[in-house]
Amino acid sequence: MDLSRLHRVSDTEWRLQPQDGMRVPAVLFGDQALLAEMDDKVLEQIGNVACLPGIVDAAYTMPDAHWGYGFPIGGVAAFDPEQGGVVSAGGVGFDISCGVRTLLTGLKRADIETCKESLADSLFRTIPAGLGSTGPIVLDQMEMNRMLESGARWAVGQGYGQPHDLERIEEGGCMPGAVPDAVSARARARQREEMGTLGSGNHYLEVQEVAEIIDAPIAQAFGLALGDVVVSIHCGSRGLGHQIGTDYLREMALAAPAHGIVLPDLELACAPIRSELGQRYLGAMRAGINCALANRQILTHLTRRVFGHFFPHAALGLLFDVSHNTCKEEDHVVGGKPRRLFVHRKGATRAFGAGHPSLPAAFAATGQPVFIGGSMGTSSAIMVGPAQRPEHAFASSCHGAGRRLSRHQALKQWYGRAVVDELRGRGILIKSPSMRGVAEEAPGAYKDSTAVVAAAHLAGLSRRIATLQPIICIKG
Amino acid sequence: MTRSADASGITPHAELFAHSADVGVRGVGPTLASAMEQAALAMTMAVTDPAGIVPQQQIEIACAAPNDAFLLVEWLNALIYEMAVRRMVFARFEVAIADGELHGRAWGEPIDRARHRPAAELKGATMTALTVGRRPDGAWVAQCIVDV
Repeated sequence: MDLSRLHRVSDTEWRLQPQDGMRVPAVLFGDQALLAEMDDKVLEQIGNVACLPGIVDAAYTMPDAHWGYGFPIGGVAAFDPEQGGVVSAGGVGFDISCGVRTLLTGLKRADIETCKESLADSLFRTIPAGLGSTGPIVLDQMEMNRMLESGARWAVGQGYGQPHDLERIEEGGCMPGAVPDAVSARARARQREEMGTLGSGNHYLEVQEVAEIIDAPIAQAFGLALGDVVVSIHCGSRGLGHQIGTDYLREMALAAPAHGIVLPDLELACAPIRSELGQRYLGAMRAGINCALANRQILTHLTRRVFGHFFPHAALGLLFDVSHNTCKEEDHVVGGKPRRLFVHRKGATRAFGAGHPSLPAAFAATGQPVFIGGSMGTSSAIMVGPAQRPEHAFASSCHGAGRRLSRHQALKQWYGRAVVDELRGRGILIKSPSMRGVAEEAPGAYKDSTAVVAAAHLAGLSRRIATLQPIICIKG
Repeated sequence: MTRSADASGITPHAELFAHSADVGVRGVGPTLASAMEQAALAMTMAVTDPAGIVPQQQIEIACAAPNDAFLLVEWLNALIYEMAVRRMVFARFEVAIADGELHGRAWGEPIDRARHRPAAELKGATMTALTVGRRPDGAWVAQCIVDV
């Protein structure tokens, strides 16, 4: 990225002043090295976001930002319905409510080592992963509607997990305002056999070791200790979310002129929040969020079943579940005044600090856990919402390492089998139906997640708590 | 993936191009319909090697859009939908376009995870890097980024 266009506010905050139709500035978080490595498209895309009607304060990118479609991945923007603000299907993306949840196993690394191969094989057999896999249940229309209305709450009601799991999920596991009727027949058809599936690409189930504790009091409050084993699940709303994105991107792009909206990029397709289309999309998108929450809840149940076979006393309690592709209606203070805003986070995690009224009781004193996924060969991180209020960037932080090389470039550089063998040599077992998929997801294709996490910490977006190292990774 | 050139001298071909998170698909051909066929083939290349797919089952797709660019997105998204609900992969495509309406046929087979070893699941065709038009040499190009 050409940094000469940016004003350096601090070591980790850079600003592009409004220009070329931008209604607000663009603020980019990250250190100089991370920003220099970013594609110029990131700046172009976040500048385009800043042109959308009703945008408030600034358009933000997180330290892991990279070229997306419409919004950059790692983009955050909030819109005020009182000022003609919009909701953008492109600002949420195809994988609605893709997110991460982390389970505490109560086990130590040594416990896992005694049965690592068998555990990995059993997880790979049990967790439906990759293109063409099908889930453990098929929903009829009535049950689909219930799932879309109630999310993880529906899943728990079906026996997938425990009621107390819901206390450890954003929105209590059920996104209010979902409108199943706003979800097309095509979206439903794509989801029919995909409940409880992991998907492919960068989605994974990873067994990890707590390799480093940075903030001992918060780690203890989260139930984390050095050498503990945790399980992290990264996936989203599967075919249903993908089709909702497809349906509404098209409709919003075609309807933009009628709404008086000039789109600087078609993929920023949006509609006024206070329009029939905007409201219909919000209803469908919230149903998509519930689908993702239910999906991760079912996968949690399957994971518990596998661990229960090997470790009958391991409860696998849920630490927390965060989503990173959403638009949520939230209260924020802007310019000293409280505002009710629609906050888009695309490849960005909500990061409420201690005392935020939306947090569950377990995190009222600490702030919410924020999960930063690494790659299958590099560390992941657990962070926490920042101490200061109001938080930066509408209480948002990064979500992952971010890609350094395209899939195309990765394929030219690595063979999947060689990646698997190299990681096995380091004690990490990879299970995947596709060696080409493994090559595309090679750890070297991703940025150094430690640099991203350090930048988020320094910028005050979220604070470092613990580092996780992979032991077993199930890839789609 | 290439096929032999027709009288125009333009060889239809499908190719992938780089995008930092996802994948770009590009079809080139002597006609708009041919470029659309090749773009579909490129999309299959993002998933698996088309040479490993037996074109034993045919499906039909019809879609319409106000312009050629939207028509490409509609066509690819229709194929993604069929791949998802039928759990199939496709290796051969035939397209006819008239008055903004596309009628397509695709030949493929049910996905065999052991044989096809699919690398990625297609989420949707996007309007990013979306271009449908003619190059100075007369070849039609149809391309966009597909979210995987």
